[in-house]
Amino acid sequence: MSGAFLEVSGLVKHYGGVAALDGCSLSLRKGEVTGLIGPNGAGKTTLLNALTGLAKPEAGTVSFMGADVTGLPAHRMAALGVVRSFQIVRELSSLTVFENLLLAPPHQIGERLLGAVISRRKWWAQEHVNAAKARTLLERVGLWKLADQSSAALSGGQKKLLEVARALLLEPRLLLLDEPGAGVSPPLREEIIRLVRELKAEGLSFGIVEHDMHLVGEVCDHVHVLAEGRTLVSGSFAEATSDPRVVEAYLGLAA
Amino acid sequence: MSAYLVTLVILVSVAALVGLALNLQWGLAGLVNFGVSGFVALGAYGVAITAPHIGWLPAMIFSALLCAAISMALALLSIRLEENYLAIVTIGFGEIVRILLLNEGWLTGGALGIADIPRPFAAITPPGGGDGVILAFAIALVALVFVLLELLVRSPFGRVLRAVRDDATVASALGKPVLALRVRAFAVGGAVMGLAGALHAFYLTYIDPSQFTPIITAYAFMAVIAGGRGSNLGLLLGAGSIMALLEATRFLKDLVPSIDGAQLSALRLGMIGIGIVLLLILRPQGLVAEPRRRATEFFPNAKGEG
Repeated sequence: MSGAFLEVSGLVKHYGGVAALDGCSLSLRKGEVTGLIGPNGAGKTTLLNALTGLAKPEAGTVSFMGADVTGLPAHRMAALGVVRSFQIVRELSSLTVFENLLLAPPHQIGERLLGAVISRRKWWAQEHVNAAKARTLLERVGLWKLADQSSAALSGGQKKLLEVARALLLEPRLLLLDEPGAGVSPPLREEIIRLVRELKAEGLSFGIVEHDMHLVGEVCDHVHVLAEGRTLVSGSFAEATSDPRVVEAYLGLAA
Repeated sequence: MSAYLVTLVILVSVAALVGLALNLQWGLAGLVNFGVSGFVALGAYGVAITAPHIGWLPAMIFSALLCAAISMALALLSIRLEENYLAIVTIGFGEIVRILLLNEGWLTGGALGIADIPRPFAAITPPGGGDGVILAFAIALVALVFVLLELLVRSPFGRVLRAVRDDATVASALGKPVLALRVRAFAVGGAVMGLAGALHAFYLTYIDPSQFTPIITAYAFMAVIAGGRGSNLGLLLGAGSIMALLEATRFLKDLVPSIDGAQLSALRLGMIGIGIVLLLILRPQGLVAEPRRRATEFFPNAKGEG
């Protein structure tokens, strides 16, 4: 398994006395959409946090493209190309939709203290290049006409699309989406499914945490079922959902 | 009367510099600084102690760098903790500065303070022309700082600070080095507060610890709230109107002879408070809104609705 794209092995993370991750091991393949499903409290979001530097695992390793990236801070993970969205949308509310996108590109000269004042011409040129990319992406997700709106004014589904568009400006290798379908109206959910498929066809890899089984079934090539901080079952969506252990974990028959 | 006007302009200039600095730290980057008066005092004492030996310009630069360095240290110490701890640490810092100034008499003159601080351009100032020179100096200093900060606020640096203020977790998930950005914003703000203190010292030519009370901090917050968080232009208006209100109400005594000085000074603060409450109810975003980058700036022909 050394050729795996993202490899998680034996990850442990406690919150108080609760083991959110309890020796979790799984892998994500390049160019595929991997679903992470499981009942509430299975550790899905904690796993995503551990993969993106927002939670420090106590034990275990995370390796990305062959390099050990365990416990790297969030901005380093983003620089490596692991970018995420959030379960409860966290738009930057005092920024406009367009500014949300202009913010995202890495290596902005104008974000440096001296660069902002001295190299105005340089960052202004960069800004124009980024603005063109931002416009293309906003047109693609159907938010261009709202470009100068405050991002706080968007609907739940539009905010999810904004998050994806913003993440894409980082030119990620792996996009981790935390419940992209939650709180999204059905037409916009179809829009998100279409977008994920298109991006996968362009070579982007995904990890998706989701409760909406329709969405998971539509887009995921491979599914890991998590329960109590461990990987319970891995396989195709059909294999995973027909496994009696998965049904048990969701419905709690053993209890 | 003209001496009074000069005093007024200098007062407004110092308040504007302090406000501009806090507007960067708190207005834009969301970093609460309750130790503003400490930084201003440090800047003032910095020039008061060094200017007689090294000249006014190097002394000002020294003060700004000193305040920037101490800001960085404070920020690094406390921003690593939960966000609100910075507020507590800065309160402590303000107190420490005040107590040090009072007690380290060998350096600061203690409660007696430091007198005969040389003013800028003192050697080439014609006799009796001191007020004009310091007036021009103050206005030039505010203009310079305003332009520099305006360049920062409207640059991607300003935008990323707003992002950090809105949601630091999202900013770091987008690859932004949140800690480094906060430290820089805090340091630049600290440097500007040092310059404000320097201007204060140059104008009065005499400083003592009683001039640097926490009311400076309160006025700075008022100016930022009134002017609109994140807007430098709003800040100038806010600082200007608060100082104007404070000073104009001095003359209430002439209009209403029945109130005495002590009552008046309490009333004045009360009126500022009522003014801010009214402003927050009627115009919660402050006098001037934060500048935003519009899509139409890049695509003049686009129809993107505003």
